[in-house]
Amino acid sequence: MVRALDRKLLRDLGRIWAQTVAIALVLGCGIMVMVAAHATQSSLVQTQSAYYDRHRFADMFVSATRVPQPLLAELAEIDGVAWVDGRIGFHSVLDIDGMDAPAIGRVLSLPPGNAQGLNLPLLRQGRMPDPDRLDEVAINEPFGQAHGLEPGARFRAVLNGQLRELTVTGWLLSPEFIYTMAPGTIMPDDRSFGLIWLNQPAAAAVKDMQGAVNEISLRLMRGADERAVMVAVDRLLDPYGGTGAYGRDRQSSHAFLDSELQQLGGLATYLPPVFLVVAAFLVNMVLGRLIALERPQIGLMRALGYSRTEIGMHYFKLAALIGVIGVGLGWGFGWLLREGMLALYMDFFRFPFLLRDIAPGAMLGSAALGVGAVGLGAARAVMAAIRLPPAEAMSPPAPPSFARGWVDRAMAALRLRQTSMMILRSILRWPGRAMITLLGVSTSVGVLVSSYFLFDAIDVVQNRVFEQGNRQHVTLTLAAPAPEHAVLDAYTLPGVLRAEGAYAAPVRLINGHRSRTSALMAQFPGATLARVMDDATGLVELPQTGVVLPDLVARHLHISAGDMIEVELLTPPRETLTLPVTQIIQQGLGGEAYIAAPALFQAMRIAPQVSQIHLRVDPPEMPALQHRLKTVPAIAGVSDWAQVRAQFQAELDDGMLTMVLIYTVIGVLIAIGVVYNAARIQLSERAHELASLRVMGFTRFEVGFVLVGEMMLLTLVAVPLGWLMGYAFAQGMVDAVSTDVVQLPFAISRRTYALAALAVVAASLAAVLLVRRRLDRIDLASALKARE
Amino acid sequence: MIDAAPPPVFRLADVTRVFRTGTIEVRALRGVTLSLNEHEMVVLLGASGSGKSTLLNIMGGLDLPTEGKVFFRDRDLSGASDKRLTAFRRDHVGFVFQFYNLVPSLTARENVALVTEIARDPMSPEEALDRVGLTPRMDHFPSELSGGEQQRVAIARAIAKRPDVLLCDEPTGALDSKTGVQVLEALEEVNRSLGTATILITHNADIQRIAHRVVVLADGRVTRDEVNARRISPSQVTW
Repeated sequence: MVRALDRKLLRDLGRIWAQTVAIALVLGCGIMVMVAAHATQSSLVQTQSAYYDRHRFADMFVSATRVPQPLLAELAEIDGVAWVDGRIGFHSVLDIDGMDAPAIGRVLSLPPGNAQGLNLPLLRQGRMPDPDRLDEVAINEPFGQAHGLEPGARFRAVLNGQLRELTVTGWLLSPEFIYTMAPGTIMPDDRSFGLIWLNQPAAAAVKDMQGAVNEISLRLMRGADERAVMVAVDRLLDPYGGTGAYGRDRQSSHAFLDSELQQLGGLATYLPPVFLVVAAFLVNMVLGRLIALERPQIGLMRALGYSRTEIGMHYFKLAALIGVIGVGLGWGFGWLLREGMLALYMDFFRFPFLLRDIAPGAMLGSAALGVGAVGLGAARAVMAAIRLPPAEAMSPPAPPSFARGWVDRAMAALRLRQTSMMILRSILRWPGRAMITLLGVSTSVGVLVSSYFLFDAIDVVQNRVFEQGNRQHVTLTLAAPAPEHAVLDAYTLPGVLRAEGAYAAPVRLINGHRSRTSALMAQFPGATLARVMDDATGLVELPQTGVVLPDLVARHLHISAGDMIEVELLTPPRETLTLPVTQIIQQGLGGEAYIAAPALFQAMRIAPQVSQIHLRVDPPEMPALQHRLKTVPAIAGVSDWAQVRAQFQAELDDGMLTMVLIYTVIGVLIAIGVVYNAARIQLSERAHELASLRVMGFTRFEVGFVLVGEMMLLTLVAVPLGWLMGYAFAQGMVDAVSTDVVQLPFAISRRTYALAALAVVAASLAAVLLVRRRLDRIDLASALKARE
Repeated sequence: MIDAAPPPVFRLADVTRVFRTGTIEVRALRGVTLSLNEHEMVVLLGASGSGKSTLLNIMGGLDLPTEGKVFFRDRDLSGASDKRLTAFRRDHVGFVFQFYNLVPSLTARENVALVTEIARDPMSPEEALDRVGLTPRMDHFPSELSGGEQQRVAIARAIAKRPDVLLCDEPTGALDSKTGVQVLEALEEVNRSLGTATILITHNADIQRIAHRVVVLADGRVTRDEVNARRISPSQVTW
């Protein structure tokens, strides 16, 4: 048996269904983002952790020139080390059928009969290479997919100066390469970078490494002191050309994955509160109005003997139902959004499996927050309703009082039409309500600015990286540093118009107890192709002495311009230089340190060397150049910048457009939710007044103006406020999603401000016009008869 | 002898109005034939549900008859479009309601200006308010005025456009005797000095004595239509 009061509840809900939906959608948006971001993050974290566990992902990594096998046992003796694994790894140029440009392969040795090792690759298709066959290899699945290199297919690789034919036996995935990026590039590209697993004897033969390894992974015991292990490892490996041990935090695949997960976490905690606050205000507004209209009924119920608590509960239930609908919508759409986001991430990160998690904590938390927000929103209106004595509640409320003030004199001086006066007075009479509308609409402008701003940030990065910073067509990475005149040899390659050398070396930057592995990029005087750029100020002229650091690195090291920094060279001659930091620059991507080449080589006391050659190429000669590069043994890597850029763009099109689309929907929904509700309330309160105008002979358009005008005036005032909010949101977004690896540059274009304003003004107009249509349906005669 | 009297302002011929809600049919008017002459003040009497307000709404262009003809001067309003009815109300009709229907966010003067801004040949808001004796209260908001004062603002707003006809639906219904008299005096003064044809709906049978003519409705039909031989002034009305 449904109680009469509950039946009234359901009917009330049916009567205000459109407003209910509008509130529930705003609330749902916040819950959707919260649930989806948490669920995506925890799904990925659980998947990552299970993958790492099952495939024994190492905790520490180190490279060296040549480490004799017996030394591995010594490393395993270090206090806190659980397992040590060694392998041979190097880069090689690949010649793949159907691809004009050479691809780069990271070649890794497969120890014979390895079951207990670390970083175990997972066989996805085919079989592992036969230990007795030196020409058999396994490749990573994405590379195989990109080229259709099914098991049995063949390709060629330059192995230690010789072009060798290799046969693919299977496809693998590895926890070390969830995110794969070629050296010297900024985006993953499965076509031009692949992983090649080769039998240990074959790899040893290629690198002349019998009985030795050059890459070591370690697994630590629970509770081991990572820092102490690192020091011990480095000391042991120092005589063998060790380049410095580093933890997972500097392992490129893990670092990128972690950075992405951090960003998701930021997203999950940053936006939802904004939506919940707006939803709470909306409920307050709508419920306040609903209860005002119910005054006589409340009085009647009190007269009939219902207690204040019963009546209060009745309206709280109404609010809670709206909250529940919003939470349900949020959960539903959150689930869909999580699936979409996971699909995107699975494209980006190569996991062999996916453990889906619904983040029950986030779901319950969001439900509590959602229902709490509407409950809080309803509290004020409910309290006001039950405080009234029954007799007073049953009589119609006193007309709203207006008083003349300085604003009126100012408005009178403007000689406004009376309908415009009605708009302005209504705003001034109910400033709280106008503030809610203002706040809601400006929030939606803010949300849009802070999402469209991503395009501006990317523009800045693109402009810096592709237009200004790297004007070369191709970058060659040399297998080993060469004397400066190697640059001249590059001119003998087909189509080369200009060749410029550069020197890059892996280094550890040290300031006191803080350190960070990075690359030191030395630029030769007069370089015109690869240039150092600052996101804010543009081209950076490297000072004649000292090191230039990006602010991300400087902050990490707690160092500023004028301080001295220790630069430990991790490749021969493996010495530590003490250099002044002369300048800090802003860079969103990349954490390299820069130095003028003469300053570096003077400090190193050696003749200038090059390890990279940047080329500008006559476009028609490009295929010929690429063909020729496939067979040059001195080259370990080739970056085609046009392709890097295309790849960059493709990644953005996939990921960012989806995000921006979602944010646009959210921003527009807030505007519609707020304006629709405000207009409906206006209409219900002023139906009488507006009908009087129609009776007096005002046209539909003129009467509509009073309603539409007020909402649009508030919208227009909200736009600049929203711009300010968007500025702050974008700043918050930069902080929330910036990690050690990536920092968004902070730049908002006029286009972004204009687009956000346009979208919100259009949404508000649509919402208020939807309400305006109801004006046409008002029965003039009865509207005037009924006393409010 | 040729009839030199001017043509009537309103002419209703056999007007019927049926309201349908679901399967229920309510015949609010059943063949009303009636005319309203220039300068005339007519009191419309009748019990609740007799069709008074429906009749007034049709004459004021707020509603259309189901059957029959309504002429304003020589214009047929029977099948007029919403646009034409809006223009008709705007240019020719002044309304006064039981509950004043003032815009609470506008002062007395501004409420009147609301109409003068869209009328063809209005008097000034100040003049209209002066006619109902409200000059000293001109800049007050509705919430600062008594019921009688609010109703007089409504009358000023109705007459400011110099309407051809003034339609008043229970204008004294919500007022006590003293303020009711003031409102009736204002209406009578407007009718006398401006010659505006006026229809006044009331429950109070004594008010009929101030009119030129009394029409009584019952059950949607005109049951009495007679001229008052002797009119009294509003102050003589008993409540």
